[in-house]
Amino acid sequence: MNGHTFFLADARLVAMPSGALWWPEERLLCVSDLHLGKAERMARRGGTLLPPYETQATLARLTADLEATGAARVLCLGDSFDDAEAAGALVEAERLWLMRLMAGREWIWILGNHDPAPTDCGGSYRGEITLGPLTFRHIAAGEAEVSGHYHPKCTLAGRARPCFLTDGRRLILPAYGAYTGGLWCHDPTLVALMRPGALAILTGTKAIPVPMPRRAPQIRPRSSSFAR
Amino acid sequence: MSLLPPFLAPFFAARGWTLHPHQEEMLAGADAPALLLVAPTGGGKTLAGFLPTLAELGPHPAPGLHTLYISPLKALAADIRRNLRAPIEGAGLAIRVEDRTGDTGSHVRRRQRADPPHILLTTPESLALLLSYEDAPRIFAGLQRVIVDEIHALAESRRGDQLMLCLARLQRLAPGLRRVGLSATVEDPPALARFLAAHPGPCRVLMADPGPDPDIAMLETETPPPWAGGGGRHAIPEVLAEIRRHRTTLVFHNTRAQAELFFHALWLANEDDLPIGIHHGSLSREQRERVEAAMVAGELRAIVCTGSLDLGIDWGDVDLVIQVGAPKNVKRLVQRIGRANHRYNAPSKALLVPANRFEVVECLAALEAVRDHALDGEPRGPGPRDVLCQHILITAAAGPFAADALFAEVISAGPYAGLSRADFDACLDFVATGGYALRAYDRWQRIMLRGGLWQLRDPRTAQVIRMNIGTIIDTEVLKVRMRGRGGAPLGEIEEGFAATLTPGDTFLMAGQVVRYEGLHEMTVEVTRNPGRDPRVATFNGTKFATSTLLTHRILELFRQPGWPGLPRHTADWLALQRKVSRLPEADRLLVESFPHDGREHLCLYGFAGRNAQQTLGLLLTKRMEEERLSPLGFVATDYATLIWGLEAVTDPAPLFEAERLREGLESWLAGNAVMKRTFRNSAIIAGLIERTHMGRRRTGKQATFSSDILYDTLLRHDPGHLLLRITREEAERGLVDFGRIEEMLARTRGRVDCLRLDRVTPLAAPLFLEMGRVPVEGAGRQRLMEEQAAALMAAAGLS
Repeated sequence: MNGHTFFLADARLVAMPSGALWWPEERLLCVSDLHLGKAERMARRGGTLLPPYETQATLARLTADLEATGAARVLCLGDSFDDAEAAGALVEAERLWLMRLMAGREWIWILGNHDPAPTDCGGSYRGEITLGPLTFRHIAAGEAEVSGHYHPKCTLAGRARPCFLTDGRRLILPAYGAYTGGLWCHDPTLVALMRPGALAILTGTKAIPVPMPRRAPQIRPRSSSFAR
Repeated sequence: MSLLPPFLAPFFAARGWTLHPHQEEMLAGADAPALLLVAPTGGGKTLAGFLPTLAELGPHPAPGLHTLYISPLKALAADIRRNLRAPIEGAGLAIRVEDRTGDTGSHVRRRQRADPPHILLTTPESLALLLSYEDAPRIFAGLQRVIVDEIHALAESRRGDQLMLCLARLQRLAPGLRRVGLSATVEDPPALARFLAAHPGPCRVLMADPGPDPDIAMLETETPPPWAGGGGRHAIPEVLAEIRRHRTTLVFHNTRAQAELFFHALWLANEDDLPIGIHHGSLSREQRERVEAAMVAGELRAIVCTGSLDLGIDWGDVDLVIQVGAPKNVKRLVQRIGRANHRYNAPSKALLVPANRFEVVECLAALEAVRDHALDGEPRGPGPRDVLCQHILITAAAGPFAADALFAEVISAGPYAGLSRADFDACLDFVATGGYALRAYDRWQRIMLRGGLWQLRDPRTAQVIRMNIGTIIDTEVLKVRMRGRGGAPLGEIEEGFAATLTPGDTFLMAGQVVRYEGLHEMTVEVTRNPGRDPRVATFNGTKFATSTLLTHRILELFRQPGWPGLPRHTADWLALQRKVSRLPEADRLLVESFPHDGREHLCLYGFAGRNAQQTLGLLLTKRMEEERLSPLGFVATDYATLIWGLEAVTDPAPLFEAERLREGLESWLAGNAVMKRTFRNSAIIAGLIERTHMGRRRTGKQATFSSDILYDTLLRHDPGHLLLRITREEAERGLVDFGRIEEMLARTRGRVDCLRLDRVTPLAAPLFLEMGRVPVEGAGRQRLMEEQAAALMAAAGLS
C-alpha cells in the first residue's frame, strides 16, 4: 500500500501515504490533528464561509485507510475537533458517518490543545496512553513516543508535502485533517525535537523517506495561503 | 464665441492659452448625462474634463462635494491636484481640491468624510472604500460630476468593472450625476461608451483631432540582436547615442526585470555620466517619487521604465520614446509613442529595439500596423461575478439593502447590463450562505434577511470587508531594504525569487547591485555590493499576449520568399529555419520533435498568444501523461509551446485532434495550476479568502493552509459551485484563452506537420531561455522525486 515501514522502540510501524500510522502487530491505526469542524468554527466566529466539506473529506480518507488496513483499534492523537463546540456542531450525516466508523472498533481519543475535554462522540478519552513499548500523546514530551500537534511538512524536488518525522526515539505525525497547514520541518522547534539523523517521511501517492532537512536551504516560498 | 467662463478668461489670456475644439465641445456638452472624450496624449484631455466643473463651481462655490475624479494611479491623483492649482489659484477661485488614496493619512480621511472638498481626486479602490461607510449617502448627496481618467486602461481589468458598479451606486445617491470618461486612442470607442454609460442611458463620444502620424522606426544597431533572450542590451551604444541626441528619452521595457538589467548595463556604459533614472512598479514609493521629481524638474535625460509610466503624469519635455522588446500590442505601442512630445499637433518620435531575432519580425509587423492605423483589441466580456460578490459585501457594510433595488442598480452599470436576476441571486446567496449545496451555514450567514432588508449578521465584519476591498491581487512579495537601522527601502521582490537566494548572492534592485544578507521580519535585507555577476530579480510584471492582429501579420511575413524589410541577420535566421525545418504557416500547425540535454522535446508553433500557448501546454501534457510519455514540464511564449519529458513523442498528430483537445479542456480544467491561481484570485475578490496582510504573517504555519486545498475540496464535493463557475469563465477568457486555441484550430483544420529532428531548431532555441516554466505533476515527476529521495538517502548512508 505504498507505505514506508520503519521501527520505533522495536515496534514495526508503517507510515501510510495518507498521513496515517499503521501498527500491524496491534492492528492499530493512528491519525493526528483531524481538526474536524474547522470550517463551521470559522463561520461561527464571523469568519468566511469556507466550503463545508472538510469533515467529509477527512472522514472519507479515514474510511479508506480503515478499509485498507482492517484496523481493529483507532487512536486519534489530539486536535481531533477544531474546538469544544465543533463535535456538537457536526451535521447529522457526518456524525452518523463517524459513528459507523467507530462501530466495532476500539476507539481512543487523545485530548489535544484544541479539544482539551471529552466530547459526546463515544470512544474513550485519555490525556495519553502507553501501548506496549510506545506512548501516545498530543505534544511531544518524552522517549519512545508518538505525537502530533506540529503538522510537520517538508519539500522534495520543489514539492511541499505533509510529513512524518522520526529519529528512532520519537515520531511526530503529519496533520490528517483536510483544512490544515503545516510547519516546515527545518523550523527550530522541530529541529530541537528531533535528533541528528532523523528522517522525514513525505506523504502523497507514496510515502517517501528522506533525511530530515535541519536548516532552511533558503527562504521558503509560501504558497497562496491565509491564516486565521 | 468661446464657452470659456468669463472668470477664467483673464487667466487663459495671460498664459496665451486658447481652448482646443474638443475642450469647447466638453463645455458645450456639460449637461449630457455621459460623455466619452477620446484624445491623443498631450491633447489637454484632463483640463477638458475639469473645465465644466470649474465653470459650474465659479469663483465662490457653496460647500460640498461637486466633482469626483478617478484615476487608475495614485500618483496621477497627486499630479492632477498640483496641475489644477494653476488655473484655480491663477483665476482666484475659492475651490478646494484634495486627493484621497491609499497614501492619505487617517486623520485627513476622517476630515474628508466629515467635510468633503469641492473636487476629490481618488482611485477606484478608495472610492469603493468610501462607499462602504454608513455616511456615504451624506458625503455624495450633492455630487454633480464624475470624471474617469484613463478609462481605456481601467476598462482592461476588473478595476473597471468595480468602478462602474460604484458609479451605479453613486448615481443612486446623486441622481443628477453626470459622467465623463477620458480615454487614449482605442479601437472601439462606442464599446467604451457603453461601458461608461448609465445603462440604458446614452453616452456621446467626442473624438479629438488625433494629430499627425508618429515618426517611428526600428533602431539600427551595430551588434545584431541575440539569437534568444530579451533585454536589448546589444543596443546600449545606439540607445545612449539617441539619449545624447534628444532632450529627454523614455526607454520602455515590457518587464521590470528587463528594465533593471538594461538600466544596469546602460549605467556601466554611460561614460558621459548622463543623468538617467529608473522607474517601475516594484520600486519603493520613495524611489519612484525621487525619479518623478527629478523628471519634473528637468534634471533627467532619460528614464528606463515599464508600464508604470504608460499612464498619466505629463512629463512635458519627452521628445523620444524607445520601446525595447516587441510591443505585443499595437494599441499600447501607439499609446506609448504618444508619451513623446506632449505637445498637441507635433508628431511623436519613437524607436523600436527588438530584443532578439524573433522580435525583429514582430517589430516590423508592428511598424507596418502603426502605419496602416490598424489597432488591435479583444472585446471585453461581461462584468465578472466575483467583483459583484465583493460589491454586495461592500453594500452590506454601508447599511441594510433591498435585493430588488440593488439588482436594479447593478444592471445600470455597463458591464453588468446583461446580468440575469438568477445570476444576481446566486451571487447574493454566495455572499449570504456561501452558496454551497450542503446548506451548512444557515445559522452563521454573513448577511441575513431581516424585515425585507439584507444586513450583516455581525456588524463587526464590516471592518474585515473594508480590509479586503479591491480587485488587484498581488503575487506574494517581500520588501527589500538596506541592512542597518533606518535602512532605505529599495522595493520588493517576488517570494519565489527570494526563495532562490542564499546569503552572499547578489542581484539587481533599483539599478544597483545588492548582496543578500538575510531575511528579517519578512523583509529582505541587503547591503551594497558592486558584485560582478548579479542575478536579476523576478517581478510580477503582467505578461501580455501578443495580439491576434500582430501574430497574423507575423505569419503573413513568413510567407514571403525573402525579407528585404528585415535586417540581414534576421532574414538569414528565418532562411536557416526554413532550410533545417520549416517556417510556421497560418493554415498549418508546425510541430518539431527533438532531443536536447538528456530530455525529449516537443515544440509547437500555434501563434495563439502566450496564454493560449500556455493552455495548449497544459492540455497536451495531460494527453501525454495519459499516453505514458512522462512529460516533466513546458514553457510557452506568444508563438510557441515547448514541452520536455522523459519519452520521445513519435506520433504527435493524435495529440492535436481538435475534438480531443476540446474534451481535454473539460476534464483538464479541473486540476491544474492555472485554474488554482485563477480560483485564488476570484476567491479573494469574492470574499471567500481574506487577503494576507503583511502584519499578520507568522512563521508558525499550522493555522495557514493553501487555497489549493479549498479548490480541490470544492471540486470534489460541490462541482457546480458559483466560485468554480466564475473561475472557469475567468480562466477561459483570461489565462486559459481557449478562444484563441479555437481560432488556431480553425485556421489549421487538423493540418499538422510533424518533423523529427536531431537537434534544437533556430526557431525553438529562444524557448529554452524563457522564464515561467510550468512543471507537470505526474508519473515523470514522481519518478524524479523518488530518484532524488534515493540519492539523498544514499548520500546520508541510510539506504
